[in-house]
Amino acid sequence: MKTVIRVGMSTCGLAAGAQATYRALAAAIHSRGLPVTLQATGCVGACHREPLVEVAQNGASILYGPVTPAEVNALLDLHFGAATPSPASDWLVSRHADRRDYPFLGKQVKVTTQLCGVIDPHSLDDYLAHDGYQALRQALTMTPGQVIQAVKDARLRGRGGAGFPTGVKWEIGHRQPGARKFLICNADEGDPGAFMDRTMIEGDPHRLLEGMLIAAHAIGASRGYIYIRAEYPLAVKALHEAIDQGRRYGVIGQNILGSGLDFDFVIKEGAGAFVCGEETALMRSIEGFRGMPTMRPPYPSEHGLWGAPTNINNVETYASVPSILLNGPGWYSGMGTARSGGTKAFALAGAIQNSGLVEIPIGLTLREMIYDIGGGCRDGKAFKAVQLGGPSGGCIPAELLDTRIDYEDLRATGAIMGSGGMIVADETTCMVDIARYFLTFTQDESCGKCIPCRVGTRKLLNTLTAITQGRATQADVDKLAGLCNTIHKASLCGLGQTAPNPVLTTMRYFGHEYRAHVEEHVCPAGSCTFNGNTIDRG
Amino acid sequence: MLERIFVLPSQQRNVTMASKNGTLPPKHVYRGDPLAEPPPPELAAILAPHRGEPDALITALEEIQRHYGYLGKNHLQYVARELGFPLARVFGVATFYNLFRFAPPGKYQVRVCRGTACHVNHSDEILHALSDHLGVGVDETTPDNRFTLQVVACMGACSLAPVVVVNEETLGRMTADKAWAALEHLGEEGEDA
Repeated sequence: MKTVIRVGMSTCGLAAGAQATYRALAAAIHSRGLPVTLQATGCVGACHREPLVEVAQNGASILYGPVTPAEVNALLDLHFGAATPSPASDWLVSRHADRRDYPFLGKQVKVTTQLCGVIDPHSLDDYLAHDGYQALRQALTMTPGQVIQAVKDARLRGRGGAGFPTGVKWEIGHRQPGARKFLICNADEGDPGAFMDRTMIEGDPHRLLEGMLIAAHAIGASRGYIYIRAEYPLAVKALHEAIDQGRRYGVIGQNILGSGLDFDFVIKEGAGAFVCGEETALMRSIEGFRGMPTMRPPYPSEHGLWGAPTNINNVETYASVPSILLNGPGWYSGMGTARSGGTKAFALAGAIQNSGLVEIPIGLTLREMIYDIGGGCRDGKAFKAVQLGGPSGGCIPAELLDTRIDYEDLRATGAIMGSGGMIVADETTCMVDIARYFLTFTQDESCGKCIPCRVGTRKLLNTLTAITQGRATQADVDKLAGLCNTIHKASLCGLGQTAPNPVLTTMRYFGHEYRAHVEEHVCPAGSCTFNGNTIDRG
Repeated sequence: MLERIFVLPSQQRNVTMASKNGTLPPKHVYRGDPLAEPPPPELAAILAPHRGEPDALITALEEIQRHYGYLGKNHLQYVARELGFPLARVFGVATFYNLFRFAPPGKYQVRVCRGTACHVNHSDEILHALSDHLGVGVDETTPDNRFTLQVVACMGACSLAPVVVVNEETLGRMTADKAWAALEHLGEEGEDA
C-alpha cells in the first residue's frame, strides 16, 4: 500500500510555516523517488504543534509536529531509511491512529471536524470516499417531516451560542407558506478568539454544503447564502471551489440527484462588522445595506431576507446534520446531556499549553477541557480565568472549573456557551483590563442605532479605562453595575444586550482586582500602568 | 445662517410644487453628476455584472477595493451612478464596514491582530513597537509608501498568537522584535518584492 504523507495547510498551519515544510517534503520525496502520496489537508486541530505532518503507512498513522523543513530528511529516514533512528524524537506527537497517547486529540470526540486534517479539502473524491453526500442521498428519500424529526430527536441546538433547538427552527421554516424561502449560513465568525468556522470550512467545506442541502430539503428553500468573513481568504476560496465541484457532481443546482430539489449557493463576503453576526443585521448586510439590526419579532424564520421566510444557522449547526442522519439521532443525542445532544467545537487559545480546535461531547467539565485536553497554562503559570463567548460572554474563575460545558450550566455562571471561543487567562492577565479590552471592541463595533448601546458602551469603556489608569474611585465602580443593567435591558440587539457580560462577570468573580485598582492603585496582575509608572511584568 | 441649516418656507413650497409637476427626479436616483466621463474600462468591467442586482453594493465595493487597493471618491460616485444607488447610501455603506479604506495603501499592509488570544499574549506591545519603528499610527502609511499599519479584530489563527499579517502572509508566535525583524528589510532596494 502506498504511503500517504499529509501536511496541515490551514491558515494556522501556513502561519507556522507549513508551506516551507510541504515544499521540502515534496523535493525530498522526489529526489529519493519514494512511493509516497503527498497531501495538503486542513487542520487536525493541534495547532500548537504545527506544522503537523502525518505519515500513514501500512495501516498505521503517526503524527509529527512541529516539523521544520530542516527536519524533513530525518523524518523520511524514520520511515524509509535503512537504519531506524530512535523514534523518540521530540517532534513525535502520536503514534496511534486513535491518538490515545496524545490526550489533546485522544480525548476529543470529533463529529463536525472528523475529516479536518484527514482529507484533502480541495478534493470532492476524497470527501465522497468518506461517506460524502451519503446523508443527502438518505435525506432525499425521507420526507421533510422525517428529516426535521431526526434533527429534533438528536437534540441538536444552535451552535452559534444561543442554543435554540434546530429542529424546532426548521419546523417553523417548513410551515411557512410560499415557495420563496432562503437559507443563510452565518459564518461571520466575528468573536475575536474564535476560529471554529474557519477550521471547518478550510478543512472540510463539503460538509457544510451537505448540511445546508439537507436543510433546504427539510424547509423547502431554493437558495442559500453563506455569509463569511473576508478575513478568511482561504475559507472563501475553499467554498467557491467546493460549490463548483458540487455543481458538476449534481448535488447543487437543478433537480439535485434526480429528486426534484433545486438549490443553489451564493457566497457573501462580510466586510468586517462584528454586529453582522446578529441575524437581522446580517440580513441587512446581505441585502447590501449597512448592517444595522432591527427589532424582533418578526423573526427571520417568518420574515427574513427581502421579507421571505429565512432559516439562519451557523456553520457548526449545519455541519452536524450529515452525521446525525448517517449515524442516527440516538447516536448523536447519546453524546450530550439531557438538555442538549451531541458535540461542540471550541477554539481553545490564550495562555494555554495546547491550543487549537477541540471538539468535545457536551457535558464535559471545564476542568477536563483545560487540564486534560489543554494541558494547563503555558510556562507553568497559574490559571486565573477562562473566557467563553467572546465580547458577549464572561470570565469563569478557577473555583468554578467543575462547571459542565452545557448551555444552561454555563449561563448560570454569568458566561455563555457562545459560538466556541475559549480563551484562557493566566496570572499575568489583569481582569479589569480584559473587561476594558472587550468594551473597547464592543464600543468600536456598536452600530450606533440605539442609544443604550452607543452611549452606554462608551460610558462603560471610559470608566474601565479610568480604573486601569488609577483615575477612578470606588463610587465609579459602584455605578458600573447599574449602567450594565440599563445597557442589558434597553439595547436593541444581542450586541448591546450582552456587551456588559465581560464587566459583570469580572466584577462578580474578580471584585478584589477592581478594589485593588481604585483603592491601592495597584494592578494585582502587574499589567496596568498608573501615572506613567509601568509596573514591570517580570 | 438659519437659511443654510433650515429650508425656508418659501423654498419648501417650491419643492412641493416642483414635485407635483413631476419635474423632480425620482427620489432614489443619483442626481449630482460630476463625472463627465464614463467609468474607466477596468471599473466598468467590475460594475457591469452587478447592474440591476439590488444586493450588489457591498460585493461591488469589495471587488473595486481588491482591484485598486482602496476606494477613491470617484469610484464611489461611479458605483452610485452605474448601479443606481443614492450616493449617500454608497458612502454610508462604505464607511460602515471596517474593510474599506479610502486612501491608497502602502506596498506592504501590516496588520496586527488584536483578537483576545493575541491580547492576552501582549499584542499591544507589538503594535506599539511597530508604530514606533515605522513612525506612523494605525491606518497610516509611511511617507515612502512602503508600509501601512493596521489592526484587525481577529485573523482566526489564535493558537499562534500573537499574529501579524503582512499582505497575505500570516506570521505566528510574534514578538515585537521578531515582527520588526520580519518587516525591516521588506521592499528595500535590490530585494525581490
